[in-house]
Amino acid sequence: MHLPRSAVLGPGLLMLAASAQAAAPGPTGGVPWWVWPLALFVACFLMGIVAVPAGIGGGTLFVPIVGSFFPFHLDFVRGAGLLVALASALSAGPMLLRGGLGSLRLALPLAVLASASSIGGAVLGLAMPANVVQVLLGAVVLGIVVLMFVSKKSEFPRVEQPDALAQALALNGVFIDGASRRVVHWQVHRTIPGLLTFLGIGVLAGMFGIGAGWANVPALNLLMGAPLKVSAGTSSVVLSLVDSSAAWVYVNKGAVLPMIAVPSVIGMMLGARIGARLLNVLKGSVIRRMVIAVLLFAGVRALLKGLGVWP
Amino acid sequence: MKPTPDTVAQPPEQLRYARVLDRGSKVGLVVLLLSFGAYLSGLMSAHVPPERLPDLWIHPVARYLELTQSPTGWGWLPLIHLGDMAGLLGIAILAGASVACLLALVPLYAARGDKAFVAICLAEVAVVVLAASGWLSGGH
Repeated sequence: MHLPRSAVLGPGLLMLAASAQAAAPGPTGGVPWWVWPLALFVACFLMGIVAVPAGIGGGTLFVPIVGSFFPFHLDFVRGAGLLVALASALSAGPMLLRGGLGSLRLALPLAVLASASSIGGAVLGLAMPANVVQVLLGAVVLGIVVLMFVSKKSEFPRVEQPDALAQALALNGVFIDGASRRVVHWQVHRTIPGLLTFLGIGVLAGMFGIGAGWANVPALNLLMGAPLKVSAGTSSVVLSLVDSSAAWVYVNKGAVLPMIAVPSVIGMMLGARIGARLLNVLKGSVIRRMVIAVLLFAGVRALLKGLGVWP
Repeated sequence: MKPTPDTVAQPPEQLRYARVLDRGSKVGLVVLLLSFGAYLSGLMSAHVPPERLPDLWIHPVARYLELTQSPTGWGWLPLIHLGDMAGLLGIAILAGASVACLLALVPLYAARGDKAFVAICLAEVAVVVLAASGWLSGGH
């Protein structure tokens, strides 16, 4: 019974987005104020459920979907998006670190550069006109869709020899693979290209308020050669640091409204718990295709909204 | 015996970081929930009443601040008795949790003579503190 549940979740997300959009033509649209936080909570709950089996961070879904289909200005959506990604990363971090799936030693050098650049990205994003940010966001979201289509994954990449910097910083570790019950020793290479990549990822994370797991994981896995599970776990630790820095910029600018941020954080975290439990029930590939379709729609919508074609 | 995740010991600094992070994020979430509950229920009065928000959140943040006379930077702290401002305390705890984690690592790395990671931890603390200060974003 894989298909029926996932078939309900996908249209559910789209219907919710469409109904919110239909109700949002004017400032209030005659809709009582409490409908919006409630709709946001439900939308984030559904996003949280599908995010886990789709292998994508909830923050990546949040900004394009809420930014395109809810009446909130993009400034507040990005502020809330960063908090959604931050809260998810903070919640998952301790378990990942204890189990060795997240490596603090690997995360810290990357996070320093990405955090610094995320501040620049956030300041820049809040200074740019909303329509420019919308267009860029649409382009980034469509880029994520392409990446989700074409990106290959390597469960255990071969790293014959760590580079000098990785050796000096001892960027290596050990974990037990839950599937094979095998002890896996790992090390990384191409540390300097990795650091530069994270510098760019930080800018995107800060500018758009999207969790950057979609970029972190390929960079750690395919570029630096960390095992896939370590890449996913370490990405979460990096995100918790990067999003902290960027979130402060939005807080200081007054772009974090608790009425938008709190229902989003709670909905996403509850949904992610359900999603994790349904991991074996829902068919990952179906969910992933569905999420790609929703992201494609949201990306086109953001692009057209920014260009003034579909306001 | 098949190995379990617990049988591979992780470095002590990683376990300490996990412990502090766990506590910090739980405290932040509890404060966030309690303050939001007080704001929604009307237990705490609000700087911007919820019923006004649908007319305000459609504007860019600069216009929103102008219309509501809301503070920027740390200006929310003296208004913490108001429900919507109290919500920012939970958010500040979540966004600041990593600073406590990083500072807790410094003595461990220093005792091992791992100067590179002492410097990396302090650099990350400096970045987060700089962001929180509001200096870069003109928050004050």
